Amino acid sequence: MKIYATYNIKGGVGKTTAAVNLAYLSAADGQRTLLWDLDPQGAASFLFRIKPRVKGGGKALIRGTKTLEGAIKGTDFDNLDLLPADFTYRNMDLLLGTSERKQTRKIGQLLRPLAAEYDNVFLDCPPSISLVSENVMHAADVLLVPLIPTTLSVRTLDQLTDFVAGFDGDRPEVRAFFSMVDRRKKLHQEITKDLLAERSGVTAAAIPALSLIERMSVERAPVNAFAPRSQAARAFRALWSEVLSTQ
Amino acid sequence: MITPGLRGYVLEPPVGDHKSSSKSTSKSSSKSTSKSTRKQSATDLLPAALAALAQSFTVAAERGAPGSGARRRAWLDTFDWRLYRAGLVLELEQASRGARLLLSQADGTPRAEQPVTGWPPRRPAQDLPAGPVRDQIMALISPRALLPVVSAVSTVSVTRLLNADGKTVARLTAERATVTAAGTAAELPLRLSVAEVRGYLVQARKAAALLAAVPGASPDGQSVFIAALTALGRHPASYTNNVDAKITAELPGSVAVARLLLRLLDTLELNVDGVLHDIDTEFLHDFRVAVRRTRSAIKLLGEVLPAADANRYAGEFKWLGDLTTPTRDLDVHLLGFAATSGHLLAATPADLEPFRAFLVRRRAREFRRLATALRSPRFAAITDDWRKALLAVRDAGASKKRRQPTAAELAARTTARAFRRIAAQGGAITPDSPPESLHDLRKRCKELRYLLEFFAPLHDPVAYRKVVGDLKQLQDCLGDFQDSQVQREEIGALADAMLAEALSGGPGVAAATLLAMGEVAARLTVSQAEARADFARRFARFAGPAARPRISTLLAKPGPPAKAEQPAEPAPPAEPGPKNS
Repeated sequence: MKIYATYNIKGGVGKTTAAVNLAYLSAADGQRTLLWDLDPQGAASFLFRIKPRVKGGGKALIRGTKTLEGAIKGTDFDNLDLLPADFTYRNMDLLLGTSERKQTRKIGQLLRPLAAEYDNVFLDCPPSISLVSENVMHAADVLLVPLIPTTLSVRTLDQLTDFVAGFDGDRPEVRAFFSMVDRRKKLHQEITKDLLAERSGVTAAAIPALSLIERMSVERAPVNAFAPRSQAARAFRALWSEVLSTQ
Repeated sequence: MITPGLRGYVLEPPVGDHKSSSKSTSKSSSKSTSKSTRKQSATDLLPAALAALAQSFTVAAERGAPGSGARRRAWLDTFDWRLYRAGLVLELEQASRGARLLLSQADGTPRAEQPVTGWPPRRPAQDLPAGPVRDQIMALISPRALLPVVSAVSTVSVTRLLNADGKTVARLTAERATVTAAGTAAELPLRLSVAEVRGYLVQARKAAALLAAVPGASPDGQSVFIAALTALGRHPASYTNNVDAKITAELPGSVAVARLLLRLLDTLELNVDGVLHDIDTEFLHDFRVAVRRTRSAIKLLGEVLPAADANRYAGEFKWLGDLTTPTRDLDVHLLGFAATSGHLLAATPADLEPFRAFLVRRRAREFRRLATALRSPRFAAITDDWRKALLAVRDAGASKKRRQPTAAELAARTTARAFRRIAAQGGAITPDSPPESLHDLRKRCKELRYLLEFFAPLHDPVAYRKVVGDLKQLQDCLGDFQDSQVQREEIGALADAMLAEALSGGPGVAAATLLAMGEVAARLTVSQAEARADFARRFARFAGPAARPRISTLLAKPGPPAKAEQPAEPAPPAEPGPKNS
């Protein structure tokens, strides 16, 4: 079971659209795939038309009184399941520990029993740097980091890379990709070009800023499902191929 | 992810309307009948189900859903239903991307699957490509071939059931299947199943409840395979080479014997097609067993048949037996070839390969001769006339002038006599007796075994099982002894034939091959000596003092136990024994 997490400290950079579309593509490849919507806002759950509700809330899952398995819902697509968001996830940090006793590997432990059932798991993380995100980084094999091509975004990537490098034991591979790229903006072009030249771990495939991607919230489906021949769908396919090719 | 079908239903028009029909495909009009029948199921019944579901869900056809569209399948089994008897179902699914075999238990639990693109059924098990299905069934079916039992052409449609958010919460699968077997076709009732989408069990149950209330719906209690067999009037496990004629104790002897022989003739005729198409070696084996049983029955029980018939058919069935022997002998060599090669110590399996090739060539030649004879007017006349003669005896019943024995009396007398002969002949065998004495005893044991099987319904079942079990072990020992000798002699003769073929311009024979054949012959000598050493123990177990009460019990029911315990008859002169079964 391979665990991918879409993560960025900033919100609105394309984490959820990437998680939803890449999970869809993984399932379409025949891989048994689970997407865990960890964001209490529940955007991924909404896109799959699944109610953002888990019996017992995040507390039951973290404390183990309910299993993850029991909370999973099938999406409309073959091989693709979703563990829905719940509004109580906003308190997940508190459940994961106190300042004296932090649990940084709980999410990884909770996912372990699902190893026989799924080939790929995607974690869609809330924006922030918290105990939840630290858990996600420990659980993940690959951190997929969407970057809007701005100077500040690049700085954030550096901070994240340094943070992960400080982990004891297993560290996730950090794969950044440009998101919401506007080809008309000179700054976007320059940063994209420079960063690709300067750094490894950044994919050549980028996700452009397209209104079709925004339409996902209207269609309530992955872009590759409702517009498979579109430029946006092609971009996600290219990104997924590149992620797979480096595994 | 979609879980397997949660609830299955069959949907048939309410009583008084259309029912599934069985019809012959040989007539050109049947196609139009089939079409109109299908139309009725499709247009009348599926919309009724969808209308019922629409009370609680939005229904939306799902084009290109996994498993939807046209589906071609065949269920395979051996001629003697070995998979069915073992509680297994084997399905060959043909799809545009290739064919695959699916093995499951009778209750539908999957066991294994493997791709078999380009593999045709009707070939012996050895030809099945390697894979998990082969691994699980090979030991069970070998050396039989897999044959299509039933074929089905289905149209499968999938409908999504959506909740108020437009989310798929369940799927309805509808399957319309036309099934065929042996030139007969039938349309199965529309089959519907609701599949739960994970996490939406309540909604799937609701959908199932709505379906259950549709007029004409009933729970689907059978798999498509069993439903197809039922619709086509085929009975699973209908073939067996056992003698299971309907015999009762008070039946006139002639009627009982005619019934036995008719049953044997049925078995023989059922195997002719498989022999002629050379589907697998067991068709010929069963054919030969039926011939041998017939010969034994004529010899041992022929007194109740018209003398002219008994004389004529004793000769005709001897002809049939002799005709099939060369091919069967070569089959036995070839079937055991891998084991034989595996036992080589000095030589390698490659050394024996030319011998195998020679056996294959020779077998092809012998088989052509056999097939020609089985297509001859003489063979057709034997089976036709023999059936007429037996039917005449059976239908004449007990209306003959002279009093004839009942089945029970005939069984008691002939079985006791066969026991006495074996006890006398076997008891007289010493370590110095010639091999022929054991060969002859083997023939007597076969005759007794057949008599016991013919009259099995008349015997005490407990004593029967025990006596037949001991007899079988004695027969195995005698069979090992004789087969080892016959095969050793045959290897010598085949080596001569290979040399003769080489001298007359055929393929040459290497010294290594002849040496390897010598090693095989030496091993057969060891096997024969082992069987010989085991004989006294096996014979004592079957016919010794400890066994006699069982034999008495066995003979007590159909007739007087009388003299079975005191072997009296002298051993008849020894004669050469038959070859491999």
